[in-house]
This record gives sequence, C-alpha cells and structure tokens, in this order.
Amino acid sequence: MAVERIDLDAVAVRELNQRLQGRNGSVAGATFEVLNAKGRHNLAVGLTEAIDVSILGHAGYYCAGMNQRARVTLRGNAGTGVAENMMSGEVRVTGDASQSAGATGHGGLLVIEGDASARCGISMKGIDIVVGGSVGHMSAFMAQAGTLVVCGDAGAFLGDSIYEAELYVAGAVESLGADCVEKEIGEAERTRLTDLLARSGMDTDLSAFRRYGSARELYHFKIDNAGAY
Amino acid sequence: MCGIVGLYLKNPDLRVGLGRLFAPMLVEMTERGPDSAGLAIYRERAGDDGVAKVTVYSDEPGHDWNALAAAASAGLGVEVDVEPVSTHAILRAPLDASKLRAWVEANRADIRVMSSGSVLEIYKEIGLPADVLDRFEVSQMAGSHMIGHTRMATESAVTTAGAHPFNTGDDLCLVHNGSLSNHNRLRDWLRDKQGVRFQTDNDSEVAAGYFTWRLGQGATISEALEAGIKDLDGFYTFAIGTRDGFSVLRDPIACKPAVMAETDDWVAMSSEFRALARLPGVDDAVVWEPKPGTVYSWGAA
Repeated sequence: MAVERIDLDAVAVRELNQRLQGRNGSVAGATFEVLNAKGRHNLAVGLTEAIDVSILGHAGYYCAGMNQRARVTLRGNAGTGVAENMMSGEVRVTGDASQSAGATGHGGLLVIEGDASARCGISMKGIDIVVGGSVGHMSAFMAQAGTLVVCGDAGAFLGDSIYEAELYVAGAVESLGADCVEKEIGEAERTRLTDLLARSGMDTDLSAFRRYGSARELYHFKIDNAGAY
Repeated sequence: MCGIVGLYLKNPDLRVGLGRLFAPMLVEMTERGPDSAGLAIYRERAGDDGVAKVTVYSDEPGHDWNALAAAASAGLGVEVDVEPVSTHAILRAPLDASKLRAWVEANRADIRVMSSGSVLEIYKEIGLPADVLDRFEVSQMAGSHMIGHTRMATESAVTTAGAHPFNTGDDLCLVHNGSLSNHNRLRDWLRDKQGVRFQTDNDSEVAAGYFTWRLGQGATISEALEAGIKDLDGFYTFAIGTRDGFSVLRDPIACKPAVMAETDDWVAMSSEFRALARLPGVDDAVVWEPKPGTVYSWGAA
C-alpha cells in the first residue's frame, strides 16, 4: 500500500492532525509516515479512524493523545503524556517515554519498548499498558481499570490510592503506595498477561511477574481514622 | 512554567560557534517563558589570567559606563576596564573578583551586579527571548558553555533583576523551572542569620542564595545540591553553571520536565527535547531524562 509521507519541517502540526483525523474526507485504512518530529507537541492526536501512522524521531508532549482505532508507532522517545486518554487502537513507542504515559486512558494498548518515567498510567481507566523497561515513581496512581505490565522495575509508591486495575511487575518494586497490595495470579490473570505480552512483542518469562492491586481499604471513610484529620 | 537550556561544548573546535548553537535552543523555549530571558556564558579572553570579571546592569538608558570605570579605578587603585554590552557592561580589573564586586555594591546603589568571577558573564532582560538574544548579540558569542532561561513569572514581579540566571558565587549561576514554597522563611534566615544578600523577592534567587551559602561553608556543588533536596521545599528543575561545566537537579516529585542529550562533541539539557532537536549530530545522541532527586554533573563540578 502506498505510504503518504508528511514532513513536519514543511507542514504545520495542525495540518498534519487534520489530515490524520480525516477532516477532509475519510482516511480509513491509509498508511502515513511522519518525518522530522523534532520534539514537537501534539503529534497525531485525536485520531478516530483505523489508520497506520509511523512517526520518525522524538516527540514532544501528548503524542497520539485521545487515540481511537488508529495504530501509531513512534520511532523515538515520547515526551509527557504519550497516548493520554486513549480510547482504543494501539500506540507503540520504540524508545523511552516521559512522565504520565497513558494517563487517564480508557482503552486500547500502549506499548513502551524502553523505560517510562514517573506516573505511568496515572488515573488509568481501562487502557492496557506494557512497558519493556522500568517505570518511575507513582505509576498507576489512582488507577481505576485496565492493566499495567512492567517487564523491568517499578519506582516508589506503585499503585498509590489505586481503585482497581491490575499491575504486573517482573523486576523489583521500590515500594507500594497506599492501599496497593500483592495479589495471587490465577488462571484468568495468567491468560491475560500471556496475551498482552504476546501482543506487545515482549518475551519476559511469565513466571517472573508478580501481581499487585487494590486492597480496597480506602473505598470508604473509616471512623477510626477521624483522629488523623 | 519557564524553560531552561544548557549547552556545554566538549569539542573545542565548536566553541567559536557556541552562541549560534545556543540561541535557537532558547528561542524554542519561548512558549514556556515569554516574559523575560537570560543567559550565562562562560568564556575566557586571551591574556585575561588573573583578571576579575564582573557584569553589571543599569536600568538607565545610555548609562555612562566610562564614568563608572573611572570611579572604580580611582576607588580601587587599579585600572578597571569597561566593555558595554547593551543595558549591561563587563568590568575587568586585575584583582580579586569579590573586591571589584564589593566596590560596586558599596558605592553604586543604582547599579546591579549580575555576576562576578573570571569567566562567567550574565545577561538578562524582560521581553521575548528572541529580542533579548538579539539585544546582547548572543549568536556571535564564543565560549565553552552557556546556561539560559525563559521566564513565565509566578512568584514575583516581571523585572530584569527577577529574570534568571542568578549568580551564586564566583563563576557560578543558577536557573530554575518551578516554584519554591518555603522561600520567604529561608530568605529571612539566610539574610538575617547568615548575611546573604538578596536583590529581589524572587523564590529562585533564594535557591541561588542558599547554594551560595552552602558553597561558602565549604560544600562542593554536588554536596550543596544534595543538601538542597532536603532544605528546599517545592518544585524545581535546576541547572547550575560552573566554571568547568554544569549540573542538573530535579526535585524528588519531578513534575518539572528535563531532558538531557550527549554526543562526543557536546552535552546539552533542556526542559523539552525540541530545544535540542537541531543540535548537530542529535540523531545519534544519547538522550535521557534525569531521574528525580539525583545530581548530574559535567566538567569539574
């Protein structure tokens, strides 16, 4: 299939996004290659159609934000908030991601082949995130639904104030946040983890993973804690 | 918000073009800080060994810098040379930098000392970064390294003195992205108990004053920064320019961004990667995000 190349040294980011969003007619099924990302913000945001987008170079903030259906591959590092509020589709970062990767995501799959920094999956609401390397502190903070898989280590306060969501870490966890506890891995979890690792192309040994989730102790106010206020 | 950038040229062959590489980096950070901009440059003139260098600023247009140099020469008993640079001027004299600085502070309340040392110069002004860079002809500057800042003021007024970098002792300077929450009490303590001088109500100047005080107590840059993690409350990414390089520190929460890149020819840091995206060889650079609460240093910092 023909690949449409868009060079950001020649075309404004707004024009790129309007093209990818199909504002001038549907682009469903099309393949795009975006050149010269050069750390620009808001690349390939708000996509709604099943298209394939490759971005060459490092991206700035909010790359592939609010994605629906599209498959976006960033061949470089991502700045703050990659794939934030994703609804569906797949976003893949071949390098590292800065803070708040996959923040508030409702669905779809975010794969970060390198490391993600602080607050990866903050307030995630159903998105699946697979990180090939490690994640920084406060990852999955206030997570509500979805799955975070970390093939490396997790920084301090993993899953702090977590509501729900499943967290899997193959390496070391520096510390767990409030109300986050280790949980058993059952058959259903094993199946989901196997599927996510396969879809994201990670070959980490399944047996290395430990699962963490909500102890559900913060769901309701406890009168015993009144003295703490 | 604020934007910060730093560039250290490892390859001496590139140093003649330092300003030309640096200026676009600062301009790229305009959206992060459009109200003022400033920069620190480290450069040495041939034959200036043992010569003190003090950069000064006057808010009076067309200030008579020659009169200042003549008065300083008479007061200090040595020849004080002056080189006007827009609203700023460089004073040079063959004596200890602290003596030259002290003379200006004691005798000329209308003049602000921006920096002192032997290689450091600090230039800063209100206005768009591109205009500030033009005003000081930064693109023409040669040197080993530069640190810069684009300011979006949150804690204090938009003034030239409130712009960054801040001098933190001979040949040392600081730029800050963030906001400190314990700066008032810390300023009072440093001023009243330790005799540190402050020019503004700016929170970042308190961080500069704090590091000046720590260094004066004998701490190394790294030790001073480590102590700052404990004593400075708030959000920060700091870049600290030193005679031989620069250091970077982010607070343990690390809300304020920073990215670093290194090749065989240079080391650079910035608030965002886009400021580094046009540096020569950046496609092959090692690019990473500095970890929270960790001191990174280059050169003999």
